[in-house]
Amino acid sequence: MIETLEMGLGMLPEVILIVLKILLIVIPIMLSVAYLTLAERKVIGYIQVRIGPNRVGPRGLLQPIADGLKLFLKEIIVPTNANRFLFVIAPILALAPALAAWAVVPFGEGLVVADIDASILYILALTSMSVYGIIISGWASNSKYAFLGALRSAAQVVSYEIAMGFALVGVLLAAGSLNLGEVVRAQDGSFLHWFWLPLLPLFIVYFLSGVAETNRAPFDVAEGESEIVAGFHVEYSGMAFALFFLAEYANMILVAILAALMFCGGWLSPFQGIPLLEPLFSWVPGLVWVLAKTSFFLFLFLWFRATFPRYRYDQIMRLGWKVFIPITIVWLLVVGAAVLANLSPWFD
Amino acid sequence: MKTVVNYFRSLMLWELLLGMKLTGRYFFAKKITVQYPEEKTPQSPRFRGLHALRRYPNGEERCIACKLCEAVCPALAITIDSEQRADGTRRTTRYDIDLFKCIYCGFCEESCPVDSIVETRVFEYHFEKRGDNIIDKKQLLAIGDAHEKQIAADRAQDAAFR
Repeated sequence: MIETLEMGLGMLPEVILIVLKILLIVIPIMLSVAYLTLAERKVIGYIQVRIGPNRVGPRGLLQPIADGLKLFLKEIIVPTNANRFLFVIAPILALAPALAAWAVVPFGEGLVVADIDASILYILALTSMSVYGIIISGWASNSKYAFLGALRSAAQVVSYEIAMGFALVGVLLAAGSLNLGEVVRAQDGSFLHWFWLPLLPLFIVYFLSGVAETNRAPFDVAEGESEIVAGFHVEYSGMAFALFFLAEYANMILVAILAALMFCGGWLSPFQGIPLLEPLFSWVPGLVWVLAKTSFFLFLFLWFRATFPRYRYDQIMRLGWKVFIPITIVWLLVVGAAVLANLSPWFD
Repeated sequence: MKTVVNYFRSLMLWELLLGMKLTGRYFFAKKITVQYPEEKTPQSPRFRGLHALRRYPNGEERCIACKLCEAVCPALAITIDSEQRADGTRRTTRYDIDLFKCIYCGFCEESCPVDSIVETRVFEYHFEKRGDNIIDKKQLLAIGDAHEKQIAADRAQDAAFR
């Protein structure tokens, strides 16, 4: 009895450490998600020659908090004919993998919660899991719109997963490692050593697949306001809806930060190897570069949404299967040959 | 040959980049938002807002209860009762406008032979109780008294086109 208690006390600091690590990741993500929604409304507003939300707090800076509070106080309505258990568990299934994937993301040299060797594989596995949340929510809602949205989203995510996977295979070929930290270290050298250049087609395919994977415009047929109301989450309200929202935005940020890590040198300074600028910017911590690159990709997400009309469903399928997958396969061969030939300066 | 060029163009996402260039330019364009309660858009002198009943300069109400406005109103929003006053003139005893029915078409104003019923520039008003939406003669005259200067100026400006 006393022994087990002592053992429990001995383990306590470790548990606290783990919880602290989780909070250290989750709280900034939640905050960035909140402010990404504001950034989205602002950016789209600016592109539409409006100024976006500016009433709550100075320059609208408290808007996400007001939105969150509103959703928090709203009732969660469970439709009469819904499958109650699945209905409640679906938003959790959508959010949990979106957050869990962050465990292996390095924010700087050594700034990573779990420095595992199979981190790209782990991320691929977890991002594929999040489609279950969508499918289950569509099924459990027992509503035709939700069901159609879930079907569309399932087919779309599954097809783009392949192209995305192939693009990541290119990265692991080029870096010779599945560890995200190693991938970034393999890009050391200069702006031109980053993988965006030798893997350019894979980079573009990865990012566009990422947009499709997160069901963002122009690939947002799963929501398709004008056709199927809101898709898989029509029947959700209050916090249950908010969880889907959080998951979508957390996935967006994840795709953006992965693009920064795998193709744009992660925490490496873009001025590396440039005679005058490198010492000038050497004081900037790596975290800042990662976040700056991530913000750029997030801005691209918003820019896409403000620019392009929604794809027709068959066109999405055509793009995924008949364009992206062939391109990635061809470029994998090119990368393989380049690696075998020790092509300078990337693969020597 | 043309097909090949088109194929490469679409593969290079050329037109999508052109689209993004356009929206990117608008990102930096001057914003046209009007911050409503603080800023307001300009109003035309022909603006058709809340109704009012006018008076002559000597304080006599203009309305002679001819009921042309009641007849012309396409939404049947106006209700008028009238009687003969002690001095032998005909005046309204009741002049109600149901603002929920009214479509602000301005026909009442056009039909009025004595320029009594007019639509003012007032558009910021609200009702707090059911029933408040029906405004009666007293309220209409009060609105007219409050805005007479503006009403008269607007009519004068538009007189040449009537």
